[in-house]
Formats: sequence, structure tokens, C-alpha cells
Amino acid sequence: MLDLSKYQSVGGALKDALDQFANEVCLIEADREREKERLTYRDFKERAHPLAKALQNASFAAGNGASIIMTNQSKWLISAYAVFFAGGVLVPLDYKLTPDEHWQLLKHSGASVLITEYPIWRHLSVSASRAVATNVQAVLVTEAPANAVLAGAQRWEEFRRVGEPVFVPRSRQDTACIVYSSGTGGRPKGCMMTHENYLEQCVALTSLYPFWPGVRYLSILPTNHAIDFMVGFFGPFTCGAAVVHLRTLRPEYVREAFPKYKITYVSVVPLVLKNLQKGLQARFNALPAEKRRVFNALVAINKAVTKGRSRLGISRCLLKQVHEAFGGELRAIIVGGAFTEPQTLQFFYDLGIPVANGYGLTEAGTAVTVNDLKPFRADTVGKPLPGMEVRIVNPAGDGIGEVSVRSKTVMAGYLNDPELTAEAIVNGWLMTGDLGRFDSAGHLQLFGRKKNMIVTEEGKNIYPEDIEAVFESLPVKEFCVFAANFIWPSRSMVGEELVLVVHLEPGQLYSQELRRDINARNNRLLNYKRILGVVLLDEDFPRTASLKIKRNVLAERLGKLDSAAAILSL
Amino acid sequence: MRTLEQTTQEVLDLAAKHFQLPAGSLTPGDDFFKKLGIDSLQTLEMLSRLENHFGIELPDYEVQGVSDFKTLAERIQSRL
Repeated sequence: MLDLSKYQSVGGALKDALDQFANEVCLIEADREREKERLTYRDFKERAHPLAKALQNASFAAGNGASIIMTNQSKWLISAYAVFFAGGVLVPLDYKLTPDEHWQLLKHSGASVLITEYPIWRHLSVSASRAVATNVQAVLVTEAPANAVLAGAQRWEEFRRVGEPVFVPRSRQDTACIVYSSGTGGRPKGCMMTHENYLEQCVALTSLYPFWPGVRYLSILPTNHAIDFMVGFFGPFTCGAAVVHLRTLRPEYVREAFPKYKITYVSVVPLVLKNLQKGLQARFNALPAEKRRVFNALVAINKAVTKGRSRLGISRCLLKQVHEAFGGELRAIIVGGAFTEPQTLQFFYDLGIPVANGYGLTEAGTAVTVNDLKPFRADTVGKPLPGMEVRIVNPAGDGIGEVSVRSKTVMAGYLNDPELTAEAIVNGWLMTGDLGRFDSAGHLQLFGRKKNMIVTEEGKNIYPEDIEAVFESLPVKEFCVFAANFIWPSRSMVGEELVLVVHLEPGQLYSQELRRDINARNNRLLNYKRILGVVLLDEDFPRTASLKIKRNVLAERLGKLDSAAAILSL
Repeated sequence: MRTLEQTTQEVLDLAAKHFQLPAGSLTPGDDFFKKLGIDSLQTLEMLSRLENHFGIELPDYEVQGVSDFKTLAERIQSRL
């Protein structure tokens, strides 16, 4: 691994990695059963430098923003490297957002270049919202068919210039990326992540879960996500490891990839982990009685020998068939993006497959705590990573309070929002809004949230304010969206849901027609953003002098209602 | 060449079969997340079956944000 303490920037470290590991494989890309591409670090450099040169010829300079909206693939990483090499600020956006959301965030970020894929560009280019992001001067589109209408974009594959680009140095405190943790419909939260944030986080994470040449990381979490950016790009690249991309994430192709590419690590969201658990459990249940007895006995032996620590070698021998289904080389499944239920973690650990669960948020630079497996604890999110100071603010009698973090990995602040930054970072401590406490072994346990938001099992942060627009002009006196957990704290991280609080007009009934209207509007939202119930409140919402709803006061009033009776299903 | 109506009907029939529902129980406007009670991963599994049936390849992105059978059928139709 490179000694990252010597580097000032992400681009500087990556530049040296490409030379140091020139002959190692860095990227494998597959589409269904076909392997499309296999690149060494030398090949990667040969692809990226002409792009960096073309960017520089187009006046892209230090501090300029370039956004990537792409699915996971080689060109994502090649483009990102070219941007860093040229001293740019990367703005990775979630390709799953709507075109309207994309353009809003592009405008907010100030990016001058957009790099995207043709299927995405087809939707983006015809969106009426395109007009708002006048800052986007150049659009590069990958994989456009020969006869494609480019609508003002240029082909990524042809955007190359001969000659060596000039490496543009950056300092550790400069912004490397603007990562949006939320705010697509309301107040955008663009986390300004510095070069130091990434360099320090990489050192901390790889001390627990190391990479080396020969390691293969399967990248299925979107690369714009802080976890995949770190463990599916920067981490493996600075260690000479390889990243495997799949162009389709159909479960059957993901399953095939493990044995085919001898995967070492993979990161998933809890939903995918649970799905894997369900699939495996169904296969175990289908075993004939005698085989099942033998299998259960082997699992029991494995549980006994791995009680104190993970013993991969023994587990692979004992439960050979299970491990071979995962390729036989899997060292850990990294799970993140949302809270994972302990029983799911335990299920995999009992099979001898360590699951690296932890706790993190974009604002803190990926991970804050990670389970070090010494011993494995399914009931916690692990201990703080090296370099992380974590404390519990204002603990109640049971020790539960707000988790706060101080570290070199904490973001510089929210882009163009000093007010929000001042709320989030107080005296150098990041206030996470999550509730937790430490146990006697120094492990962090989480107990719900203090903030009005939910995180889905797919790792999506949803803020109620961001989805209220869809209910605009609903024929009622007033309405407001809340995370149910914010009104009725359950001290739980699972089963979070959003509710629509409605105050009807005097004499108005909660009619079938109104219910249908709410349902129709709700269905316009992406499925994971939808409300799950309605709460009727027969009183005026408390408001500020400027008529903004006082959400905290309203939540307090609603909290006096019995949640089970108050939430009407849709 | 199939018409959009034929494609839509075939999508509905295949989805009903895949999720073991009675034939004719699904309609074009149904939200499949809600009607079938499935998550995004199960939707991807259904897509593979549709791809095999229609002999096309549908990039994952093309079905991003789609939640009703009618729109899904339109996306398939455009690739036939």
C-alpha cells in the first residue's frame, strides 16, 4: 500500500498508484455472462491521461467542478481520476435520482462539466429543468450509439487529446468532492469532502480491512456513495487491488460473479444482505432431513470455533459448499448505508462469513465505527476507527444521547450553507443526530434518531421536507410530512416510515376521494420515498412569524397521540 | 412485430406467472411494488424473465423509477 501520509491529494496518491502497480489488474467489467474489459493500472493510465488532457485543453482548471452521473463501470473511475489529475472537484451524483433532481443538484454544485451515460442523458437532455443549470458548459456522454441524438453533448470516447496532461497539485484542505447526502427537493446538503478526509479515512479503514494486489472487490453499491467510493475505488487503487464492475445487478449475475471472479470483498446495503440470507435459508430448508442434520451440526461446530474470533480457514473447510458458492476467497461482506438487523449479521457469521458492519455518515467521511470481529458482536456497530473521537452528548439516565464525532475525516461543511454547517458542526464536533451509547467493551450501540429523517434498507436518506412538494395544493387546510420515529421515538433503527400529517378544512371529511388523491400523489414518488400512512390532526399547525411550520413543536403535540391509532394506512 | 397492447398483455401474463398469481389479476396501471408486495431486487429478477421472453437486453437504468406495468411495457416495446 502507498504511504498515504506523504500525499496531499487524492489525485497525487492515485497518480503514483498507477505507476507503482502498473502491471496489476485494476478493473474488470462484465455485462451479464460476458467479460467486457480487463484493465491493468497501466491501461487505466493510458485511458485516463488523454481525457485529462482534453479537459485541460477545454480550460478545466484547479477547483472547477465535474459531475459524474453513471452506473458502476470502468469509465466512472477513469473519469474521476482524470478530474482529480486536473485538480478538479468531483461531484458524484446518484444515477437513480430523477432528471429534475439531477439538474437541481448540478446547479447547486456549480459543476461546469457533466460526464454521464447515454441512456441517462436521453432523459436528462429532454428535461425542462436542464435550463436551470447554465453552469454546465460541457457534457460528455459514454456509449452513445452511432446514430444517437446527442443534444449538445460530446462523445466521451472521442473526447481525448494527444500529449501529456499536466498534473495539478492540491492541498489537503482543498475540496476533493462535493457529495450530496440529501436535499434533492428541499435544501441541498452538499458535503464538501477534503482531500485529507479521504486520505485519513483510507488509512483507518485499510488498517482493519486491508487490500493488496490480487484482492478483488465487487462493486455493486453505487460509486457515488461514500462507501463504494472508498472501498470500491480509492482504497483498492492505493493498494494495487482490483475492482469488479457488473453492468447489470440482477441477482443471478451477482451470484455468478462471486465464483467467477473469486471475489475477496463486497459491500452491500442491508436489503441485499437480507435477500442473500433469504436465498440461502431457502436452500438450507430444502435439504433432505439427513443432510440438513449434518449441515446444522457443522454450523454448530463452526459457531463454537469462531466464538472468539473469525477463523476463515476452518470455516471454509467445515462449510465448503457455502463458501464455494461465494467463490471460496471471500474474506468479508461489508454492509453499510443503513442499519442492519443483528439476526442477519449473526446468520452470516455463523456460516463463517464475517460481516463488517459499522456506522457512518457521509458528513463524517464514510465510516465512524466498524466491527473489528474480535470478537464478533451482532448487537453493536463496533468500535470507533483509529483517528475517530466519538462521544455521547447529553446522555439520559440510561446513557443514551446524541452521537458526535471529531476527526480529520469530518467534512469541511455544507456547500453554500454556513447556517446548516454551524448546526451540524459545533466546536469542531459533528453532531450526527443519531442516538447511541457505548457499552462496557467500547462498542457503540444505536437507538434511533434525534433528527427528522429515515434511512431505508437500501441506504437512502429521506428527509420529509424533500418529498412535501408532491403534496402541494392538496385540498386540505394544511399538511406536513414527518418521520414517524421523530414524533414517536421508538429507539429503534429498523422499520422507519414517513407519515403525512393532515389538518382538514372545517367540516371537511377524510373522504375516499381525498385518500385517492393522496395515493395518486404518493405514487408519483420513487417507491422508497413514499409515505406509509396519514395522521389527521384537528388543530392549526404552530407557525413562525414568517409562517413556516414549527416542526419540533408540532411533533411534540403529535407525540401525545397514540401512534397505533393515529396512523391511518393508505 | 407486436403491438404495445400485445406486449403489455404478455408482460402482465409473465409477471402473474412469475409471482404465482391468477391470470388476469394484474392490470397495466398497477404499481408492481404495491400490488405484488415486492422490493427492487425482486423487480430485477422479474426483468430477467421478461428479457428471456422478449429476446432483448434491458439495461437496469431503463427501468429505474418505473413502477407500473404500462411504462415497463413501453420500455420493452421500444427495444423490440
